[in-house]
Amino acid sequence: MTKLILRKLGWALLTIAFVLLLNFFLFRVMGDPTRLLKDPRLSQATIEAIRVRFGLDKPVINCFETLNPIKASLNACGVNPFNTQFAAYLSNLLKGDLGVSFHSQRPVAELLTERLWNTLLLIGAGQILAIIIGIILGLVAAWKARTVLDYSALVGSLTVWSLPTFWLGILLLFWGSNYLGLPLGGKETIGSGLTGLKRLGDIGTHLLLPTLTFTLVFIGEYMLIMRSTVLDVLSEDYILTAKAKGLSTFQILKDHALRNAMLPIVTIVALNLGFTVAGAIQIETVFSWPGLGLTIFEAVGRRDYPVLQGAFLLLAVSVVLANVIADLLYTFLDPRVRLA
Amino acid sequence: MSLIRVQNLHKHFSLSSGLGKNLVVKAVDGVSFELEKGEVLALVGESGCGKSTLALTLMHLEEASAGQVLFNDNDITTLKGKALKNLRRDIQMVFQDPYESLNPLMTVGAIVEEPLKVHGLGKSKSARQEMVKKALEDAGLNPAESYLNRRPHELSGGQRQRVVIAAALVLEPSLVIADEPVSMLDVSIRAEVLGVLERLKLEHSVAMLFITHDLGTAAHFADRIAVMYLGRIVELGETQDVLENPQHPYTKALLSVIPVPNPKLRRKHIILQGDPPNPINIPGGCRFHPRCPVAIPTCSKQEVALKHININHKAACLLLDHSA
Repeated sequence: MTKLILRKLGWALLTIAFVLLLNFFLFRVMGDPTRLLKDPRLSQATIEAIRVRFGLDKPVINCFETLNPIKASLNACGVNPFNTQFAAYLSNLLKGDLGVSFHSQRPVAELLTERLWNTLLLIGAGQILAIIIGIILGLVAAWKARTVLDYSALVGSLTVWSLPTFWLGILLLFWGSNYLGLPLGGKETIGSGLTGLKRLGDIGTHLLLPTLTFTLVFIGEYMLIMRSTVLDVLSEDYILTAKAKGLSTFQILKDHALRNAMLPIVTIVALNLGFTVAGAIQIETVFSWPGLGLTIFEAVGRRDYPVLQGAFLLLAVSVVLANVIADLLYTFLDPRVRLA
Repeated sequence: MSLIRVQNLHKHFSLSSGLGKNLVVKAVDGVSFELEKGEVLALVGESGCGKSTLALTLMHLEEASAGQVLFNDNDITTLKGKALKNLRRDIQMVFQDPYESLNPLMTVGAIVEEPLKVHGLGKSKSARQEMVKKALEDAGLNPAESYLNRRPHELSGGQRQRVVIAAALVLEPSLVIADEPVSMLDVSIRAEVLGVLERLKLEHSVAMLFITHDLGTAAHFADRIAVMYLGRIVELGETQDVLENPQHPYTKALLSVIPVPNPKLRRKHIILQGDPPNPINIPGGCRFHPRCPVAIPTCSKQEVALKHININHKAACLLLDHSA
């Protein structure tokens, strides 16, 4: 078991190392960001000072002045390899330094950590609700297959699943703020001065609509996967055997169907983590929820490369980690998966 | 008093074609037989003749469309709830495929213990554990301890089928319905598993409905044989009577193609023409007449009922009237 965990972690580290490389080059291919500073009041000297401040005056990597395909130049081969942007990138990463935001001038690591918790709160609440409701709906639909209940659950799930996330969010926002008096956006009422439980309650009301959107968008997928897996499991002879032994419907679903059907759900949840953040970009933008998604959306508009680079790294690492956890969960859920 | 008495049992499935036409599959279409305590009845027939559906209907895993199943003189076709759960203790089933009838995530110990828990048997965990071990040993898994913590994928086909038998045995049922229990196993293992079933019958006097398409296994194992064709029993009698003196042309055909390990004994094989007809569209008259090598014109017009050859031997063929 320890060997298995170590091996999985080893592969995860390798993947993350590859992501680090890709992430670095991806943002350098676009060339020098200071050329976007079009303000005529900026003197050449100021621009040069900015380039020095952000280390953009150094060659990207030994032998490559810039990675911009149009201006590619190969005349920096004599440079000390430790005096390049790549070396600075790696050594800063090791120190936990993700750079400074172009826009807010705040350290990226600090900014992202703050936003990450907000996103985890939203994603966590939404995903957990979607998983629980989706699994129960799928289980019931499969047990009552080809009945009115099954068909309504199926049509309902397919409908919410196919709705565009942002559009569903806008509708819910309109409905919730208009008729239920729920807040229009943000994480809490700014300047309310609330503390303790009252503040938590305030955050809760702000969380309600984005979580609802999130849950609705993801229920369909979990429900459909669960329904088809359980239908599969229910056709197995051991379910018939269980019935013949006198187990009740509830016991059969709980002890035999549910656990055998969990593997695909675990896979989907792990794979979904990446898409979840994509969903979060839309939902957080609609509801002005100060999470990672909104940060990415804003950073794209402002060409805030350090923030984007840090956010991408964070996302990649979390997807890799989610997959490691899913892999380890398999061995726990299914004893047949051994060191595979 | 018979342990189980089946009277004119029907199981029909309706298929809606979506065009307003309702098709009815008559999988079991008027079956009657009795089974005594500790007796083994082999139910023989080709694929699709309704053997398995009959078994599921007897087990109350399918709802009977018509007819009665009297178990200890109580009609069980209408049982529900608590009474049905109690019945489950008395009738157990062994399925064909031991690779599918065991939950892959459960250990052997948990699989065999589960029925005890469901029916509230065994006072403590350790008492149940003893019962589980005994059942495993009765099913020929020795020593039982070494199997308790294994899972189905670590066992061979024969061992799995023994676990299935142990899980049926642990409730001490009075009737076991075995649906082709050895047809998925290697020939070398078959004899062993049949031996386990035979000991079950002798030592625990369990009655058994043994479903098979293999007359050879039936001959080896059963007290009586029932031959089924297209949802009906066409011949029923003591094993020896049926094998040595078959009356129905279908039974004769089945028997004629059993290989005999003696090349000098050349018999005439009766090869049936065509496939078994569709149970949606059952031929009129004797349902075997389109494939019968000795059919006469009346066969397609007149329904036939089982007719006694002697006190224990019955067959359903019009020609029996003519020759008798």
